[in-house]
Parts: sequence; structure tokens; C-alpha cells
Amino acid sequence: MSNTLTIDGNTIPFTDGQTIMQAATATGVYIPHLCHHPEFTPHGSCKLCTVKVNGRICSACTFPAMAGQNVLSNTQELTADRKKITQMLFVEGNHFCPSCEKTGNCQLQAVAYHLNMLDDHYPLFYPQRAVDASHHEVLIDHNRCIFCTLCVRASQQTDGKNVFAISGRGINKHLIVNADSGLLKDTDLAASDRAAHICPTGAILIKHTAYQVPIGQRLYDHQQIDQVSLAQEQTPHGE
Amino acid sequence: MANKLRIATTSLAGCFGCHMSFLDIDERIIALADLVEFDRSPITDIEHASNCDIGLIEGGVCNSENVHVLREFRKNCKILVAVGACAINGGLPAMRNFIPLEECLNEAYLDGIGVENPQIPSDIELPLLLDQVRPLHEVVKIDYFLPGCPPSAEVFWTFLTDLLEGRQPVLEYGLVHFD
Repeated sequence: MSNTLTIDGNTIPFTDGQTIMQAATATGVYIPHLCHHPEFTPHGSCKLCTVKVNGRICSACTFPAMAGQNVLSNTQELTADRKKITQMLFVEGNHFCPSCEKTGNCQLQAVAYHLNMLDDHYPLFYPQRAVDASHHEVLIDHNRCIFCTLCVRASQQTDGKNVFAISGRGINKHLIVNADSGLLKDTDLAASDRAAHICPTGAILIKHTAYQVPIGQRLYDHQQIDQVSLAQEQTPHGE
Repeated sequence: MANKLRIATTSLAGCFGCHMSFLDIDERIIALADLVEFDRSPITDIEHASNCDIGLIEGGVCNSENVHVLREFRKNCKILVAVGACAINGGLPAMRNFIPLEECLNEAYLDGIGVENPQIPSDIELPLLLDQVRPLHEVVKIDYFLPGCPPSAEVFWTFLTDLLEGRQPVLEYGLVHFD
């Protein structure tokens, strides 16, 4: 059997060891995602990349591509599910876009736009969360953390450090930093670290850079996340 | 023109920025006035909404009066629309939700810099504050949402003309903004 599978009826090739997400991205098929990043080990936690593989629900970022798979991704049902997942991410944290300096460059917001999410649907949690502004160059605003673990993985896998981790379970889950004081300033994080730049939302920000690009001229103000994502991620997968 | 659609608008815990953005439809308001008439709204002097086709509500719910007005709108509007970030998720006023109400009042009226004759307002005519600012959809059924801070004039125009011409309103990518 040849190394091909179908996504929404279109036959695409894959190489052994690829996930469905990697095969899709390599052939220019966008599957919405937040916790997936081609440079890092998949985590499979945000569930935005949920697809149906031979009728069964799977995460495209972790599920291996196999010959003859019938994958459904861009369907009304899955798009509705993804919108609900995104709405849950919004109500679980405190995402006040008008007062967030990441607005327009935020992947959470861009996915919401892409899914034509106009409201939050669910009751809002308004959880009590802190801001850690102790580090002189990098800020953590826990209100906006969606627990994608990209900072955790980037710190370990690219920076060779171990600055971030997720602690607790369920609704008590939270981002912690590797210092006895619990403060970012007491870790070995540098502003040049990959981990300081990988956050898909406005939870980890580089200080003194806000509003250098005006709102209205930002990444997702004029381009949808499917185009941006494929432009950024297609090459590493294709190699 | 007979059978004009009746529109009511109000601002609850909002800043009237959404109303200002609505007025940014500029001269198109003349075309709109041929098709609709305004019921209760800051641009009329009508005190209570009655038998409206469309209700546009800006701002979230921060006090008891907001709740009464919102319920009056729901009762009197066939289509109720949450307009702007504050109506949809509480917005900036909801950033007080993380501070106990008593602390907010103390800071504003007792301990704040430059406060003279410090006292917490308690006149019987003042609506009581809710302990938290909440979005509209937690209180009544909302039929449509127009996101944005504020939604652009194009959003208002697209939404209203879609409704007036009998189409299901659709906001294309460029019209959906949360900021």
C-alpha cells in the first residue's frame, strides 16, 4: 500500500513517522492548532486539531499518519467543536483583548477569528490569576495562559534550560517557574531565549516592546491564521 | 415609509464608544432613517423600550438598574444584540471582578488620592452595584453578537443592512475584531 491518506477527500502523501498534522502541513493543508509547533515534541493538549480518522476522534498533532486513513478535518461538525473548544479557552482565563498588547498578533485570538467566533457562549470564570513582572525583560501574565506548554518545551528542548513547568491538575492547573521564590527574576531565563518568544497568547511578553506596531497593522489584522501558519510551518515539515 | 423597523439602543456598563462607532456610519444614517425608527435610545428622549424589532445593547451588567434595563429590552425586542467587548465578556469594567467590591468603593470614595469629604454614596436612588460585572448572555438570551472595542461602523452597517434585507447577518474575517 502506498504512503498516502485522504484529508477531506483529497489524497496526500506522507513519510513514515510523520503525524497527520505533519503530513497535512507539508502538503499545505491547515489544521487549526495552538499547542502544536513543528519545532517541538507534540503535546496533544489543546484539542483544536481534533480530526476524525476512520470515524474516530483523534488529535492530528499526535496521531501517526498511516496508509489509507480517511481523515476528516474541515467539516461543519469539527469546526463547531473547535469553536466550542476556543470559547472554553476564552472563558477559563481572562482574555481582555482591548487591553492586551498581544492583540492582533495573538494565535488564540486569530484562531477565534478564523472560526468566526463572535461570542464566548459559556459563563465566564473570571479566575483570580497573578502577573509576574519581577524579571527586568520578560513579563508573565497568568490571566492569559492556556497551558499549551510551548514555553516548557522550548525552554527544555531549544534553550537547554528548565525554566517553566505546569503544576496542578484540572481547574487548578497553572504555570510555574523554576525558582524557590516562584518569581521569574530568580530563574535563568534570558529575553533572548526561545521560551520567551514562543507564547501563542499574551501570557509571556518581552517588556518595552508593546505597541511598536500599531493595532490595525498587526499579523492577523489582514491575514488569516491558516495562511500565516502554513507560511511559517510548511518548510520545516517538508524537509 | 410604512412599517419601519423599530430599533432601541442603550449603554449599560459601557462607555458609549459603541454608540459613537455606530454614528460613524456617517451619511448612511440618512438611508438608515428611511428604513428604521428609533425607540428608546440616547439619540431619542424615549424612556422605555416597547415593541421593538431590534435592541442593540452596549456594555455589560454592573448594577441592579442594568439588570432591569436588560430584561426590559429582552421583553420588548424581537432580536437582541450584544454590541462590543463589554457586552460580550464584561470588558474593561469586568477587570474590577478580581478586587472585592468593598475595596473598590473604599479606593474610589474613601482612600483615593484627592478625595474630599470621603463617604460611600448610599442614596436610595442609586442602583446597587453587583459584586461582579457580568456579560449579557449570562442574564438573558442574546440573538446576535457584534464583537469589537468598538465594533467598526462597517460592522453596524453590515449587520443592520443584512437584517433589513432579510439575510442572515454574516461578519466576514476583516469585520471580526476583539480589539
